[in-house]
Amino acid sequence: MKTLDFLFQRLVKAVLVVIGVVILNFLLIHLAPGDPAAVLAGEAGAGDEKFIAQLRAQFGLDQPLHWQLWTYLKGVLSGDLGFSYRNQVPVSRLILDRLPATLLLTASAFVFSLALGIVLGVAAAYRRGSVADSVVMTGALVFYATPLFWVALMAVLVFSIHLDWLPPFDMETIGAGYTGWARAADIAEHLVLPTVTLGMFFTAIYTRLTRASMLEVMGLDFVKTARAKGVPKGRIVRRHVLRNAILPVFTFASVQAGQLVGGAVLTETVFAWPGIGRLMFDALMQRDYPVLLGVFLVTATVVVIVNLVTDLLYRIVDPRIEAAG
Amino acid sequence: MQTASAKAHHVPLLAVEGLSIPLPAGLDRRFAVENLSCTLDAGEILCVVGESGSGKSMTANAIMGLLPGYLKPSAGRILFRGRDLLAMGEAELQRERGRSIAMVFQEPLSALNPLMKVGDQIAEVMEVHGEGNAAERERRVLALLDYVGLPDPASLRHAYPFRLSGGQRQRVMIAMALALEPAMLIADEPTTALDVTTQAQILDLIRRIQRAKGMGVMFVTHDFGVVADIADRVVVMERGLVVEQGGADDVLNRPQHAYTRRLIAAVPHRETHEARPGSEGELLLDVRGLRKTYRSGGGLFSKPRVVDAVKDVSFTVRRGETLGIVGESGSGKSTLGRCLLKLTDVDGGEVRFRGQDVVPLSAGAFRPMRRHMQMVFQDPFASLNPRQTIGRILTAGPVANGIPRAAAEAKARELLALVGLDVSAFDRYPHEFSGGQRQRVGIARALALEPELLIADESVSALDVSVQAQVLELLQELQRRLDLAIIFITHDLRVAAQICDRIAVMYRGEIVELGPPEQVFDAPRHAYTQRLIAAIPGLHWDPRAAVA
Repeated sequence: MKTLDFLFQRLVKAVLVVIGVVILNFLLIHLAPGDPAAVLAGEAGAGDEKFIAQLRAQFGLDQPLHWQLWTYLKGVLSGDLGFSYRNQVPVSRLILDRLPATLLLTASAFVFSLALGIVLGVAAAYRRGSVADSVVMTGALVFYATPLFWVALMAVLVFSIHLDWLPPFDMETIGAGYTGWARAADIAEHLVLPTVTLGMFFTAIYTRLTRASMLEVMGLDFVKTARAKGVPKGRIVRRHVLRNAILPVFTFASVQAGQLVGGAVLTETVFAWPGIGRLMFDALMQRDYPVLLGVFLVTATVVVIVNLVTDLLYRIVDPRIEAAG
Repeated sequence: MQTASAKAHHVPLLAVEGLSIPLPAGLDRRFAVENLSCTLDAGEILCVVGESGSGKSMTANAIMGLLPGYLKPSAGRILFRGRDLLAMGEAELQRERGRSIAMVFQEPLSALNPLMKVGDQIAEVMEVHGEGNAAERERRVLALLDYVGLPDPASLRHAYPFRLSGGQRQRVMIAMALALEPAMLIADEPTTALDVTTQAQILDLIRRIQRAKGMGVMFVTHDFGVVADIADRVVVMERGLVVEQGGADDVLNRPQHAYTRRLIAAVPHRETHEARPGSEGELLLDVRGLRKTYRSGGGLFSKPRVVDAVKDVSFTVRRGETLGIVGESGSGKSTLGRCLLKLTDVDGGEVRFRGQDVVPLSAGAFRPMRRHMQMVFQDPFASLNPRQTIGRILTAGPVANGIPRAAAEAKARELLALVGLDVSAFDRYPHEFSGGQRQRVGIARALALEPELLIADESVSALDVSVQAQVLELLQELQRRLDLAIIFITHDLRVAAQICDRIAVMYRGEIVELGPPEQVFDAPRHAYTQRLIAAIPGLHWDPRAAVA
């Protein structure tokens, strides 16, 4: 299939998927117990029926559900994600405020885990059966099996509290008032622990995936051809094996990349990182429907876009895909 | 005197002396290759011939130093121009590989890196051996592609392997092997995966290059027809041992060892057909104007790809008759077989089985008829469920058709005996059997429903020649006893000639010629049939005379 056809078909599907996600999320949220007006009224200290009814009318919660859905969809299509009940600001502004912090953390973790995982996987495959291989694979298994929040807590305990090497939480030193490079360095320092914590789990997966894929490709005929040509082993691994072995790693990386925006709830909570994950967590606790829906919409859109980009990348890395259609 | 002393000091290009390669413990024999000695001179083609497991490929890989890690030669020397390759370190071997010894493999698609342009793969040989600069290598790549007969080298070098046909890929492999003009070429079944007309071209190419460059070629093959076409000398291997070696004429026409004689006797050949009663049998299958088109891809910005796999095909099959359908890959022969059994949709025409057109029948209406038409598949490893016992495999069909289990089991035991297997096979699993035995199970499975029509799709292609001969014999015998009609789909004209009453030649979805073997072989009318027959390896060698 031609790339243009492919792109067109996929874009149409992507839009439909996002609309479907919005509708599904909207209905699911309204199925869940809890009334945002009641929560708001309770926090305001005035739980009387009249006030609650007034709040309901103000936010349109007294309308029939399908009408609320229609209003919301219309808003989304014109770029309006609604208004936060609790924060009294547009949802889009809340999300845009938090997005950079989340993107910084998850992108760092993504690059860290992908780069380290591939390097370790290649090294383990190259020295298959050696002590180094065993050490890497055991380490990968440990990090794969250990719960993320525990790793996070232990990391804070060891590196912040006992060793005092790294700051334990938040994105920058509060009240320090750094600017320019000093601020960048400060943020970088704060970034280390959450990045490594979040990245270790994925590093473990990439390491195992890369190693297995490398070993499989090493057994293929064209690797033997390369040896018969007199190509040195290092070059065989770089030029012939790695590029063929990287495709399954790509596939998984796209899954992780899809979670870039919404996936770091645990890490952001433990390290008090001011990102989307925490925004979502707070919105959930407060029954702030528009914020929740907005976060879900952004997350779903990113997943869809990342999938599309991955499929396009595939076609570049592997010329056979376009031909197969 | 001078010539005598020159002869005494003659160092062959390659001399293998007493090579033994032990197998890991626990296998059916101790050595993959045992005490093998042979020589190869410059300007000579040495064919190493044997069946699967004979150790012929192992020998080739040992010379290249490409044995898998768990196999190491335990004795012997491999002298290349007088230097022992087995005594060399990896770095030294690396310098020889590609430069002075090159290798061509069986499966040209998997032997090429799928993600690397073919020109780059050829250039890499020169690059890793430090030959020339980028511009010089590029010129050499173009010259090589042209030399091996590939069209439009300037654009072809930018193509990825999957864009090329099987024959073109093998030409790329050969260009790669020739890049540094090696003194010796090792070719491991280089034409086995190719169509017969392509095989003829590649054999011709190898022979031409070998003569032009004075190379020594070690050619590993299982096919005596190929040996007859290109060998100067022959080494015959059986279970790791050399059982016979000598000049091609001697080995082919005056084989000494019993195994060689057996192998040659098993080479499929034309049988002089006495008029068989086939033509008088009842008309069983009448196919008229059958069509099948494949469509793929397509969208708003591109047209779908349309392939006419079967175009207006008509033929008949009578009870007790074998109709051969012969063609190369992509000719539509397998699609035709699938259409007959309604394993795929048909786009037009009629398939009349005992007078009833089955094409318009729904799956449900056709199901009761399935038992009368059965298929024997190509791959005896993939077509049997590895988790089921042979007994289960043989009874599943009859039980599904309402036959009581006890009766089906009794029948299955009979069938095992009928196809020449021990009754104890009933409780065993497919992996416990060899390829030939599994194909017998496949035949028994097809026969379990007492079909009237058997469609055999490349059913002997995956088998060694001696096993192939046995399975062909079995099919013929079953046909006589059960009055079966057989449609025998094959790419191998020699096999078709041996067992078919009539042969249909398929080319690009059409039957271009249909007639008895005598007519198709001795007076082919269509140009394609003529090309096909001219390409049969070993056409001018008569295996029957050799073992008469």
